[in-house]
Order: sequence, then C-alpha cells, then structure tokens
Amino acid sequence: MEFRKDLFASERNEDLNEVGRPTQRQDALGHVTGRSRFYEDHAMPGMLHMKFARSPHHHARIRSMDTAAAARMPGVVRILTADDVPKRVHTLLILIGLGPDDEPPLAFDKVRYRGEPVAAVIAESEPAASAACAAIRIDYEPLPAVFDVEEALASGAPLVNEYHGRNWYDYEGHDYQKIRFGDVEAGFRAADHVIEERYQMTPIEHAPTETGGCIAAPDTAGRYVCYTNTQALFFSLETASRILKMPSNRLHFVGGTVGGGFGGKVDSVHEPLALLGAMLTQRPVRSAYTRAEEMQVSSPRGAERIYIKDGVMNDGRIVARYARIYCDAGAYSRLSPYGAVKAAAHMPGPYYIPNVWVDARCVYTNRTPSSAMRGFGVTGADFALEVQMDKLARLVGADPMEFRIQNAYRDGDMKAHRRVTKNAALIECVQAAARLADWPIGERFQAMSSMRDGGGERARIPATPPPEAPARRVPAAAPEAAQAPLATMPPPAAETRSAATPPPRTPLAGAGRRMSSLLGTRRR
Amino acid sequence: MSHLTLRYRLNGNERADLVAGDETLLSLLRYRLDTTSVRQGCRQGTCGTCTVLVDGEPRLACITLAATCEGCAIETADSLPGSGGLHPLQQAFMDHFAAQCGFCTTGMLMAAKALLDVNPSPSREEVIDAIGGNICRCTGYEPIVEAVLAAATAARAGATPPAAHRHC
Amino acid sequence: MAIALETCHALREAAALLGRAPAARFLGGGTLLVRALNEGEADFSTLVRCLDPSLAEIRASGPRIRIGAAVTMARILATRELDFLHSAARSVGGPAVRAQATLGGNLFAPPPYGDLCAALLALDARVSVQSGYSARDVSVEDFLRERGNGAGRTLVAGVELTRPRDSRAFRFLKVSKVRPKGVSMLTMAARLEESGGRLSGVRVVYANMAPAPARAAAVERALEGRRLDRTGIEAAAAVASEGFSPPTDSLASSWYRRAVAPVHLSRLLTGDSKRSA
Repeated sequence: MEFRKDLFASERNEDLNEVGRPTQRQDALGHVTGRSRFYEDHAMPGMLHMKFARSPHHHARIRSMDTAAAARMPGVVRILTADDVPKRVHTLLILIGLGPDDEPPLAFDKVRYRGEPVAAVIAESEPAASAACAAIRIDYEPLPAVFDVEEALASGAPLVNEYHGRNWYDYEGHDYQKIRFGDVEAGFRAADHVIEERYQMTPIEHAPTETGGCIAAPDTAGRYVCYTNTQALFFSLETASRILKMPSNRLHFVGGTVGGGFGGKVDSVHEPLALLGAMLTQRPVRSAYTRAEEMQVSSPRGAERIYIKDGVMNDGRIVARYARIYCDAGAYSRLSPYGAVKAAAHMPGPYYIPNVWVDARCVYTNRTPSSAMRGFGVTGADFALEVQMDKLARLVGADPMEFRIQNAYRDGDMKAHRRVTKNAALIECVQAAARLADWPIGERFQAMSSMRDGGGERARIPATPPPEAPARRVPAAAPEAAQAPLATMPPPAAETRSAATPPPRTPLAGAGRRMSSLLGTRRR
Repeated sequence: MSHLTLRYRLNGNERADLVAGDETLLSLLRYRLDTTSVRQGCRQGTCGTCTVLVDGEPRLACITLAATCEGCAIETADSLPGSGGLHPLQQAFMDHFAAQCGFCTTGMLMAAKALLDVNPSPSREEVIDAIGGNICRCTGYEPIVEAVLAAATAARAGATPPAAHRHC
Repeated sequence: MAIALETCHALREAAALLGRAPAARFLGGGTLLVRALNEGEADFSTLVRCLDPSLAEIRASGPRIRIGAAVTMARILATRELDFLHSAARSVGGPAVRAQATLGGNLFAPPPYGDLCAALLALDARVSVQSGYSARDVSVEDFLRERGNGAGRTLVAGVELTRPRDSRAFRFLKVSKVRPKGVSMLTMAARLEESGGRLSGVRVVYANMAPAPARAAAVERALEGRRLDRTGIEAAAAVASEGFSPPTDSLASSWYRRAVAPVHLSRLLTGDSKRSA
C-alpha cells in the first residue's frame, strides 16, 4: 500500500503508532481454527425451531386465520400470532426517537408485502415447523398493489400503510426532505446547457454467507438469553424490550460474531419473536432464515429513482443542480426514512454548485421493506451523480477527470446544506487516481489544490427564493414519465385512504428535532 | 430400513454412527456431532461454506448424504493444526487478512488444502479455480488468493509463512 | 417424511427398483436431489444409488469413447483422453461440486444447469438408457425430449461418442455474469469439423436459450459447407437467435439473450472465447 504523506502534511502529526503498520485482528485465530462461535454454535438441548407462515400476496386483507389443524401436527409445540405479541405494532425508527409505529412483527388485518410473516410455528424440528406453517389456513382478500414509487404517489394509488395514512414518510410536517440553496431557476437561465437525466436503482440483497437468525432461551431468575447475529446488539436489545414490553435488564443479548452483515442484520426481526417463543414454551427457540428467505424477505438496499437536472457552462462550471429523489421504502419504514435524508444531504455531491434544489421523498410500496445497507441513500445518489458528471463532461467536451477537479469542493466552500467545507480532498484523490491510471490531465488541473481558491465568494450563502416559492419557480421540464415536481404535487385524494383506521399519531419524544441532527448526517 | 451404521474416519478417528438415509453430512457433523467448524451457509450446494474433504477431495457437506461416505476419511478444519501449531494455510490467512467475518473461512481453508495437497506449487489461476466454489462476501477474495499462494510457498520451505508486509 | 436410501450393486437391479418404486429417483452426485431434499422440495420418497463398477468406467483408448454415468466432472478433468471435454467439465461449479456432479446427473439438470449436456449434444453423443431389464441407446435430442415428457425414472448407464478429429473441432463457451464461477446465462457448444477446408456435419448447441439444450438449426445451415472465415462467421451470427424465444429469468431477459447471442456465437466461432468466459 502506498501512503501519500506529501499530501496535507501540514494538517497531520507524524507521531502515529498504528497507521501503516500491520495489526493482527483479535478474532483471526478463532476464525482460522473454526473456534469462533457464531450464534448457531450455541445450540442447546431441547431446542425448538421457529418458522413463519408468510403471505403469498403483495397486498391483501386477512379475512380469517385457522391454526387448529397446524397446531395438531406432529412436533408442533406452539403457534404465535399477532395476539401473542405484547406490542402489536412497532417501528425500528423509535431507536432514533422517531415514529410512527408502522410495522407488526406478525401481521394482522392486512399483509403489505409478499413474504410478510403472519404466524410463527414453534416445533421440535425445522421440517415439522415448516410443514405446520403450510397447514395454517389463512383466508386472504387480495388488494391492488403498487410497486412503483411514482405510481404510489399518484392520486388513486392503493394505500400501502395505514399508519402513515399516505404513501410517503412525513418529515416533521414536510412531505419530503428538501435543500434550497441559491436560485436554481436563475442558474438554468444563465447556463449554456441544461440536461435532465433519470436514474433507477434496483434493490440489492446483502447475501451474507450466514443467514440472519438467533437462539433465545430461558435463563435463571426470570431472565432470557439471546444469542444473535445482529449487527446492532443494543438496537436489537431495545427493539426486543419494547416489542415484548419487558425491561431490557431481563434480556441478556450475546453477539459479536456476525457472518457478514453489510447492514442486513440490523432489523431485529428474529430476536423479539424467538424470545417470545422461549417465554411461552420455556424452552430454547431458534429462528433462522433459509437462503431463500434471506433473499425474499430480509430487507434489501432500497431502490432509488433519481432525476437530476443540471445547468452547465461551456467552460465546465456547473451552475445549477435540481434533484428529485424517490426512495422506495417498501411496505414499512425500517430505516428507509433515514436513508432518504442521507440521499438528500449527499445529493449536491462533492462539488461546489452555487444553486441547488433537492427534494427527497421516502415512498411506501408493496415491495419487501428496505433498510440499511452500506451507505444506503448515499450509494444510489453517488451512482446517479457520477454518471451525471460523465454526461456533463461529455456535453461540454471536457475530460471527465479534469471536469471533476474543476468542480470539486475546496476548503472554505459553503455546501448546499449550509456547512462549511473542511478537509476537502477530492482534487488530490482524482489527481492520484489519474496518475495511477496513466490518465493524462492538464497542468492547470495538476496544479489545483483543495486547500487553495476555496471560500471567499464561495463561502457565501446565496440569496434563496422564499420557501413558499410560487409554482413557476419550481424547475419544470420533468420527463413525461415523471409526475410533476414534488413541490407542486397534490397529496393523494382522501378517498384513497383505506377504511382501516390507523391509530392516532402520537407526538414523539424526538418531535421537533431535525432528523439530520439526530442522525449525525451533518458530520460528513 | 432408513437407518444404517456408517463407519468412517473423522479427522483421523475411527467412528461408527447411526445415520438416517436422508441425513446429510452437514447435519451429521454440525448438528449431531457438534463439529461447529463446519458451517451452514446455503444448504443448496452453492456457497462452499460447508466444504470438507472426503478422501482428500473437497465436498459440500450440505449436499452429501452421510450414508454415501461409508469407509471414507473425512477431514474438517479441526484437523488442520499439526504438532507444530497452525497449518501454513491458517497462519497465512491470519497474516494476509484473509478472514474478515470468519464465516466462510473454514470452508475456504479446506478448499485451499484440497488444492495444496495435490498441487504444492499452484499458479494464481489454479488458486482462483480452487476457491471458485466458495463465496466470501467480505474480503473481495484478493487477500485469500494471496494467503493461499503464501501458504504454498511457506509449506514448500517447510516453515511458517513470512508475515505480510502489507496491511490491507 | 423420511426418505429411504436404497443401495444396489448391479445396474439392472437399480433400474428394476426405479421402475417398481412409485416415487423413486436415482441418486448421482446429489447436487440436485439432496438440494431438493434440503429445500423441502423432494418429489420422491426413495433414493436409489448404484455401485455397479460399469457406471464409473471410462473407455477412451480408441476413437469411440464410452463414459459411465457416475463419472464425475473431476474425473473427466483428470482423464487426458477426454481433454476435449475439459472446458465443459471445468465450467461446472467449483472443485467440490465437480467432485460430486456426475455426467448422468448433468443430463437431468434443469436450466440454468446442464452445461456438459450441451457439449454432449453438440458432439452427437448416444445415451445408454436402462429401463427395467432392457437397455437401449438414444440420441441426446431424443433423451431430452423424453426427459421433458416426465421420464424422470429413466436410468442412464452412460454415453458413447466419437472423439472430435482435432482439438479445434470442438468449441465450448459458458457465459456467466459471475466470475470466476457462476451459473450460466448462456452456454454454447459446437462441433466444427472440416472436410477439404469446408465445414461438414456442423452441430451448434445452445443452453439456456430454450427449456433444454437445443441445436441452433439456422446457424448450422448457415455454416454447413462454408469456410470458417469472417464471411462464414458473419453469416452464422446474422441468424444466431433464429428459431429461439429464450426465457426471461433472474439471470437475463429474453431480449438480452437474443441480443447477445450473435456476439457470443462470433466469439465461439473465432475461438476468442476468453473474452466471454
């Protein structure tokens, strides 16, 4: 590995003891000898196995469920339904002080995605549990489903999740996360070229080699132990504590070995129900995804649809950027509203652009709930941004590397979300990448530096049209396939709401706080 | 009847276990004999995590019926350390950061051992082919390939491999 | 439900058992059947395996070659006389799968598997089938047709084929989106023997362009009697997808398969298969 200590030498101490030196991982010996204990290595005598009866429909009302025949099958010890779950509706977002509760650990009334768990069978063996799941009779009334983020926002779209009352997440009274910086309309008018492009991501499964799961068991003194491969031990502990309405000091979570996570093991779907099973049977209970379940129902990286409209000058300067982002949460929030915030905050990219307008909406559809995955929100935004940068460079006849250097943030620049740029390094990164790739760049660009020519005029917060800008201010020219820009989009008509009445929205402890500050996205 | 007595060697020890006709080798080793170094990844024969050696050949325990291993010698990662300590592959995997989450590691080690046992001087392409059926989602494979090549060098020299000078 | 495993020592015994037991399947390497067992998708209650040595035999000393159904991909790779089949055998899984997967099993493998089967079809192999106490030989095409008609209880004893005249006369190409090893998006195999500088008896086979490996008749017609030069290859590429309505699945869409078939066919015919594989 090459260390470029010539870069930013004045900003760094040279008394580092670890950087640049090999350090043995503390778990390496356990890994190479096979002694590292993953959750499943804590199998216990008398352990039961939990499997789920899952919805075959993308969207359906549950008319009735009959578990009697399944309960009589050989090996079946107990069947759990929503009525057994102390807190029937929950949200992972409560971990960061946000609501509303929108997801039942076991579905009742309705199912909102294919594969949603409706009942859990606890049996002496995995095959016995699976066989009993197949024998649970559930009478569904299929409902129209929606799979496209823009169709979900159109009036008349099926209402996916009653707990939100509409098909998007409400950000403290706003339909979307927004960034307003300068005057994009004026920027487009002044630009030599204006282009708008559409980018569509697909959901991506983490596919860890170890599928998600846990083993829960009664411990002494009324406590319960849970061996789990969660990536977020204390998140999962608190989630279980809330769903079970049990103080967390009665739950002992043991984790630390995760056979690949990548964000796919933070949703805590196994722990609460396995613990509930252990409580109701007083025996150890194992819940584990098969590979097929891991692919079908574990939450993937959410798909984003991103429109970017840019104004660029012939000399290569980007003068205006307008972006609309639709993050597909699937049927439930999980952590997607957070991803949408990150997408919005990231959207101007690592580039200085004096006029920026971003709308990011978190949309509910009847797809598998999406959640965390390595930089979720940011990764999709980056894909769109960097493809867009190549297109812009081609448009003005610039070299793509030089074009990025030219537009990069420099120290002292004001970012669109009103943070001053510090420790910028994109220019140096691109210069180094060009050198390693034998990609010739002009001397002018070789000489540029993140530490020079930033700030000053670029540190100014430009005049921004008032937030209640009239509709004509909204950049138009969205592609035909798209809806009108979000700011002008009417909410779906009231009659599209389902007859099922959601519980009233209760104010949350975190209400009034900005999500960006709660989630620390300002520290980028 | 669907049960039979299976006589085999597990890591050098003679064994006789009663197995059902439809019991997989993975089920026997991992879930009945507590050989937890044999891990279950997919149970579909696609990820290589449960790779063990049967008479020296790499095999996927999840899609091998135990009953078909009558008279065979089965090796798991537990057999790797010798009297002198870690197997060169184990040492090299540690030195080259070839194990991250550790879940694929034991299967990866057995796939690599199957190669080195018959080919002590493999080319890079042969190493890639040898671990081509083993999925690692963490490392990007490069450190694993480096580790296997280093282990081969070390094993030929009859010593433990030199520590990596490169830290990934 | 427990599945019974029956072990036979003679081919006829196994064939008879397969014919008799209502829900019996023949167990080769287990890569398909044990997987189905694990997934709870077993449509059988008895597995029959057979230790008859003839099943594991390879007779490859002369031009006419016989390979037993229980011969694994690993053994094909270890047999120098079968070098023309090495690229196809190596394309099947990693070493562990190759140590288990058998020639016989590959003939029954549903898409996207069955790469060796495509090679055998291109080589005009004959399949020896044992039904009860009677044995017969059928072409791979007929075998696949019978397989499609649900003759799952057939016992394959082995295949017979003629060695290609030279190493350039047989080409194999597996296109996967995963490196170094992934399932096939598209597999192509071709026998391209020449007589007086012109192609004769051309056989070109695609897998995963249809429900089972199938000959590309239009391509064969375009090549027959021509030279394997640029003009000939262009003529073949022009009709590469003719007669096929490939499936849309998680690996590729029907449109994509049709669109890339000419590209990969050209690479197969020019011998530039490294760029695809």
